Amino acid sequence: MTLAKFILRRVGVMLLTALCLTFIVFFLTNLYPNLEKLAKTQGNFRMTDEEVASYLGRNGYLQPLPVKYGQWMGVLPGWTQEAEDGTIRGRCFAPDQPPGDAPRFCGILQGHWGHSTVFREDVGAIIAEKLALTGRLMLWVMLLMVPSALILGVMAGMREGSRTDRTLSTFAITTTATPEYVSGVLFIAVFASTAVGLKWFKGTATSAMENPTFENFFLPVLTIALYGMGYIARMTRASMAEVMTAQYIRTARLKGVSFPNIVVKHALRNALIAPFTVIMLQFPWLLNGVVIVETLFNYKGFGWTLVQAAGNNDIELLLAVSVVSVVVVLATQLISDIGYVYLNPRISMT
Amino acid sequence: MAEHDGPILEIENLSISFFTRLREIPAVMDFSVTVQPGEAVGLVGESGCGKSTVALGVMRDLGVNGRIVGGTVRFKGRDLGTLSARELRAIRGREIAMIYQEPMASLNPAMRVGRQLMEVPMIHEGVSAAEARARALDVVRDVKLPDPERILESYPHQLSGGQQQRIVIAMALMSKPALLILDEPTTALDVTVEAAVVDLVKDLGRKYGTSMLFISHNLGLVLETCDRICVMYSGEAVETGSVRDVFDRMRHPYTQALFRSIPLPGADKNARPLRAIPGNFPLPHERPPGCNFGPRCDYFKAGLCDAGEIPMAVIADDDRHFTRCLRHQDIDWAAPMEKADMTEATEPGKVVLRMDKLRKYYEVAANALFGGGGPTRVVKANETLSFEARESETLAIVGESGCGKSTFAKVLMGLETATDGEILLDNRNIEQIPIEKRDTQTVADIQMVFQNPFDTLNPSMSVGRQIIRALEVFGHGATDAERREEMLRLLDLVKLPREFAERMPRQLSGGQKQRVGIARAFAGGARIVVADEPVSALDVSVQAAVTDLLMEIQRKQKTTLLFISHDLSIVRYLSDRVMVMYLGHVVEMGSTDQVFAPPYHPYTEALLSAVPIADTRVQKTRIVLEGDVPSAMNPPPGCPFQTRCRWKAEVPGGLCEREVPPVRDLAPGHQVKCHLSQEMFDRMEPVIRVAAE
Repeated sequence: MTLAKFILRRVGVMLLTALCLTFIVFFLTNLYPNLEKLAKTQGNFRMTDEEVASYLGRNGYLQPLPVKYGQWMGVLPGWTQEAEDGTIRGRCFAPDQPPGDAPRFCGILQGHWGHSTVFREDVGAIIAEKLALTGRLMLWVMLLMVPSALILGVMAGMREGSRTDRTLSTFAITTTATPEYVSGVLFIAVFASTAVGLKWFKGTATSAMENPTFENFFLPVLTIALYGMGYIARMTRASMAEVMTAQYIRTARLKGVSFPNIVVKHALRNALIAPFTVIMLQFPWLLNGVVIVETLFNYKGFGWTLVQAAGNNDIELLLAVSVVSVVVVLATQLISDIGYVYLNPRISMT
Repeated sequence: MAEHDGPILEIENLSISFFTRLREIPAVMDFSVTVQPGEAVGLVGESGCGKSTVALGVMRDLGVNGRIVGGTVRFKGRDLGTLSARELRAIRGREIAMIYQEPMASLNPAMRVGRQLMEVPMIHEGVSAAEARARALDVVRDVKLPDPERILESYPHQLSGGQQQRIVIAMALMSKPALLILDEPTTALDVTVEAAVVDLVKDLGRKYGTSMLFISHNLGLVLETCDRICVMYSGEAVETGSVRDVFDRMRHPYTQALFRSIPLPGADKNARPLRAIPGNFPLPHERPPGCNFGPRCDYFKAGLCDAGEIPMAVIADDDRHFTRCLRHQDIDWAAPMEKADMTEATEPGKVVLRMDKLRKYYEVAANALFGGGGPTRVVKANETLSFEARESETLAIVGESGCGKSTFAKVLMGLETATDGEILLDNRNIEQIPIEKRDTQTVADIQMVFQNPFDTLNPSMSVGRQIIRALEVFGHGATDAERREEMLRLLDLVKLPREFAERMPRQLSGGQKQRVGIARAFAGGARIVVADEPVSALDVSVQAAVTDLLMEIQRKQKTTLLFISHDLSIVRYLSDRVMVMYLGHVVEMGSTDQVFAPPYHPYTEALLSAVPIADTRVQKTRIVLEGDVPSAMNPPPGCPFQTRCRWKAEVPGGLCEREVPPVRDLAPGHQVKCHLSQEMFDRMEPVIRVAAE
């Protein structure tokens, strides 16, 4: 009962957080200057104030904030308006649908994520497509980053202060100290341009959206992975170094266990308990790195979409992005808490 | 190498140093000891004397900084110093095994106990997992753990401290080693558990024919377990010999001083006070020339003792008895101890504190991590506590961990509020007032001296500042200058030099820190001081000084001292009345003489028999309690002690399992919570007997 209940509670927290966050985003994107900008990008930049007001009025933007939020949520009926020429427009109307067939409610609760004003497409479809693209990127990042970070950290931490430790630690600190927009640019210059001449990889990952290959996908993956790797490696090293001074390691040593076995059998599981949480925390944080790298490599995934949505005050797309972020953050935390229980026998669910 | 006739372990002139960037710090110098097959040798000394370093030196596990700089360690004739890493691994765990001080820390928390045990024969003898498991089961049975199958599947944290230590012992015995090194194996355990573990080690040593090197600071324990003893002081062996010789015919002033500073039967705070060793233990890089003990020695002779290196001298007629003292033939060893100042016993005054049927229950959520839901369980930490304490009286509260003595202290201090019952301070009820709501006077009246002086002082505040802070809190003195004056007076009171006001806690030794703790407790003129194991973290020679200080302040200020302890020797020495607790119940209460003489409560009897006493004249009845203290969350029905009581069969009709015994008066002021009949009580024999001299 406990695990189910625990997950239920976490989902509850997740919903509440999503609600709060979306309301804040909703509030900010619906500030009048932002709406004005939206009207001008949608219409044209030389609109007069009256034209802006009438555009916003026609598209339901001038209703009170709680009403608009309710409509987005799907708890209030979507707006409808009859234009002067007699055609009826409404929030829930599909372009080629007769007015009578349109549902009264269309919001999150009905599964409608709204319409993106930038991409002129359904938000749900955009998010699904972009998430799949970014998911692929993240998967490879994790596959590269986590094992190498752990190996790095364990190697450095098992003999604290040794030459290996100092070399690996220097490497880890350097990668963490180099932000993605520096390392990304550097990699492109070195490996993908004529500046050095090593044209091993492609400087853009656009083609990777269709057909990812080592050549077009490795640089963005490496750029994100390197940055996170140093951090996880440092955590693992610290944890490993601490474990190696623990008394039970001395017990193992004085039992006659050989050094490699001490590291693998006795130290590793204990040393991974602390970094595990950090690794899970990297997931939401990767979203962040993804924004820069996707823009840099022109990989049109989730991060790139976020930039586009924010740049154009695309209200409903931004809201969907926020919801996804909340879900990703809290879901990884949930997995991290549950995984922690399995890793650390001293914490039990019962 | 299976056939080896000579000694198991020969350490000859061993010197070990640790190297820091600044200097070489000699930790062990010119140390020699021999362990014969089947022999148990005790290594005794205060913390920092190098006894653990010797053990690690034998194991050749001195870390990066430590190095053997002289001498040899021979194991079965082979010089351990010349072995390669691989040869060393083959010896570790198989030929020489070690048992450690803290069982919890010595077991891998993320590995099942079974695997940790099985590993030993699998590494050394290459046996299959199934065979290793069968052997692990055998050994776990040997160390008398219940339900071995389940134990093997457990993680260390699921076992109690005593069980963990048995696992560590089992692990050491897995490959039937020739030498067992025990590094303070029972320090972290309760006395009754300690007694059981010591018995076990002795039995197993006999059964497997294992030689032992037993490191301890507890002389009583060494007397019970060892054949020979080696006393260490500041990196050197100062006296070695058979246990009998060293205990009865000691020939080194340090050994003598050590024995005079521990409370043996017969010591009494008024008539025969303890004698603390003056001065402090020298730091390794500040050792005096010549005899290391010289500056603290009563028999010190300038020009002789501080002239140069002092070799070990043989004592004629004794069995391999050596001392590192130049004057051992000049000193009259039979001379009685100089009488320290005798003091008048103080008369207890009026009642200051009265507890009436105090109860403290805790509600514990069944599920700690994922919170919420689930039935809450009740921990009955204190069950109907009633007693009164008078002015200038010392009331000792005795019991093993988990008996509720700390909870009681918390309720009295106001850190917790009582569930039921009354605490009357000067006839005022305080049981429901948490500390933050108590008025300054009440807070200042009831103060506490804590167990661990190392953690209770703020590391970033000078000693004087901390005491002044307490004075400010208690509203003492009108100006800073007045408070400063008062602070200096308090330092005088606890016999610390006034310069210490400017020192930081890290510059102080354990005993000095505890003095600061005492000064802080008395800053508001406390009338009731709860001393929670105030000396158990300190070295024996310092314990006496701190205890005496507490007694002296008590005499001066007519303080009521509630002395919480598990150390019955010290309780017998300093308390006027004793209260014995078990699982939240007071099972026996009476004057010190009443409690320490029959008739006893069966638990008191077991407790007394468990205490190791460093006196060869003492004979004890061994009563080993089986099993662990039951959980307070799930106490047994009826008498709390019935699960471990050896007298239970004497009570007819299974009464012990049904009813909590009533409180009975055996003599005026002597209460016992037990169903035993009066004849049974009359038949009880003393557990501790001192043979006639």
